[in-house]
Amino acid sequence: MVSTSTPREKAVFIEQASIQGRSLWDDARTRLLRNKAAVIGLFILGALVLLAFLGPLLWIHEADVIYRDRVQLAPTFEHGHVFGTDAQGRDLFARTLVGLRMSLMVGVVATMVSLAIGVVWGAVAGFIGGRVDQVMMRLVDVLYSIPFIFFVIILMVVFGRNIILIFVAIGAVEWLTMARIVRGQTIALKGMEFVEAAHAAGVSRAAIIRRHIVPNVLGPVIVYVTLTIPVVILAESFLSFLGLGVQEPLTSLGNLISNGARDMEIAPWTLIAPAATMMLTLFCFNFLGDGLRDAIDPRDR
Amino acid sequence: MLGFTLRRILISVPTILVIITLAFFMMRVAPGGPFDLERPMSEEIRQNILAAYGMDQPVWKQYLDYLGGLARFDLGPSLKFRDKSVASLIAEGFPISATVGLLAISLALVVGTILGSAAALRQNGATDYAVMGIATVGIVIPPFVMGPILALVFGLYFGLLPSGGLDPLRGMTPDRLVLPVVTLALPQIAIITRLMRASMIEVIRSNYIRTARAKGLSARAVLSRHAFKSAILPIVSYLGPAAAALLTGSIVIEQVFQLPGIGRQFVQAALQRDYTVVMGVVILYASLIVILNLVADLLYASLNPKVKYD
Repeated sequence: MVSTSTPREKAVFIEQASIQGRSLWDDARTRLLRNKAAVIGLFILGALVLLAFLGPLLWIHEADVIYRDRVQLAPTFEHGHVFGTDAQGRDLFARTLVGLRMSLMVGVVATMVSLAIGVVWGAVAGFIGGRVDQVMMRLVDVLYSIPFIFFVIILMVVFGRNIILIFVAIGAVEWLTMARIVRGQTIALKGMEFVEAAHAAGVSRAAIIRRHIVPNVLGPVIVYVTLTIPVVILAESFLSFLGLGVQEPLTSLGNLISNGARDMEIAPWTLIAPAATMMLTLFCFNFLGDGLRDAIDPRDR
Repeated sequence: MLGFTLRRILISVPTILVIITLAFFMMRVAPGGPFDLERPMSEEIRQNILAAYGMDQPVWKQYLDYLGGLARFDLGPSLKFRDKSVASLIAEGFPISATVGLLAISLALVVGTILGSAAALRQNGATDYAVMGIATVGIVIPPFVMGPILALVFGLYFGLLPSGGLDPLRGMTPDRLVLPVVTLALPQIAIITRLMRASMIEVIRSNYIRTARAKGLSARAVLSRHAFKSAILPIVSYLGPAAAALLTGSIVIEQVFQLPGIGRQFVQAALQRDYTVVMGVVILYASLIVILNLVADLLYASLNPKVKYD
């Protein structure tokens, strides 16, 4: 059958044959599921995401309703204030969920911004190579040694504290490592035998990119994305803690922690609840990221 | 070595220039100047104020003036504290920040290398797991959570240490530095411990360590004379990033523990739009980081015989 087929059919045959085998992703999934810490992390993270996005809609208290007679109530089941209330008499559980939602959103959106910049920068540098590559990566080196969090702070001061700017500014800071990873992968892949082999077998350029290049670049990128999200969440919390991040009436975990730190002497739960939520989230992302790295990048094991 | 040093310095200079330029022009495009009060002032007064601060000049002239000032360590006047220059504000805050930072990195280096080595020598034992568990917690808990918690526990519940501020008469007394230094050092202890453990595990498996053991050296001598020297190298190359992390962390620490260092001045200046102070501190921080990176690189090159200087 193979002997009489056209190159195109051969390519289809090769594609189907590789689907029947265990793909890169099957292997990765098996390895990931074997990693208990990563699975638990993924599970808790899923629960946190559901809570953050559905919780505020379903919970009996709204995050911004003020109960004047219940200011700084310790955690109690009476009235359903399971995390207590804050200095203004707002339900802390509802606020923690809303804050978590904001932190997760900042984490994901800013990481996507860094992903977009980093992938384009790295891929261009890697593909073109030569002098362009040198200049582009030298620039990355220079930018690496600049403490960007200060420039994010300047940006916040200069342009006022709006949330879009937080997304973009933090994202624009975190793209450097992404660019390095993508460039390295691109250069490595360009010269790989299996890419040439696929080409020789008549697989179209688009199919090579789809089936060989993208999956191989995707692995490290996904790992890095998972590890960048907690870094971004921390960066936003850092800004909010200094009063330069998300502004009222919006709130984030960093904002809540900042308020909690101020009131901790009389109402320690206002610090503990958001701080514990954030640490749990960061733990989960880190475990998941480490698990993904072990699963996707077999060289490391 | 000399060529290597010179080349490394040559890379640092443009980096600092980029930082200064970036900071300068970001401040210039800021909408709303520092002199925009609620009450509008007459055009004449406005012009006079702008002229007094040199802001009526073309931008390129202002930029060159600023660079010229920098060369003489003149960072211009503060826009909010009328009688103070940026340089004098920094001179007030810097000793405090530097003391806390130096103590923190020293603490982190000592504790981190000891814990890391201990964990490596008992790999997969109870000590190892305990140390690594604590190290992971240290990395996940950011200083702005750890600081308030430590202040709460040691300052308020146990009443052992003052929870913030400087001694009104004697300034920086040891008891007031304990909590800030520990909080600042904790994440670095965690990272250095992990680095040290990994590199020590690799080193003690290498051939020359086995040779040293085989020729009859005691375990102690092998560790101190041979293993430690090469295991410490990754820590040395981490010193640059550590310096950056410490400087960033110090902003939070000074806020949490109410220390009047440059980190706190920076945040207050940022919130009050005192542009010249913000710029001065950013340039100082960035230059420090670049210089410390340079020092760490040179130190690494001089310690590691594998580094070639070409």
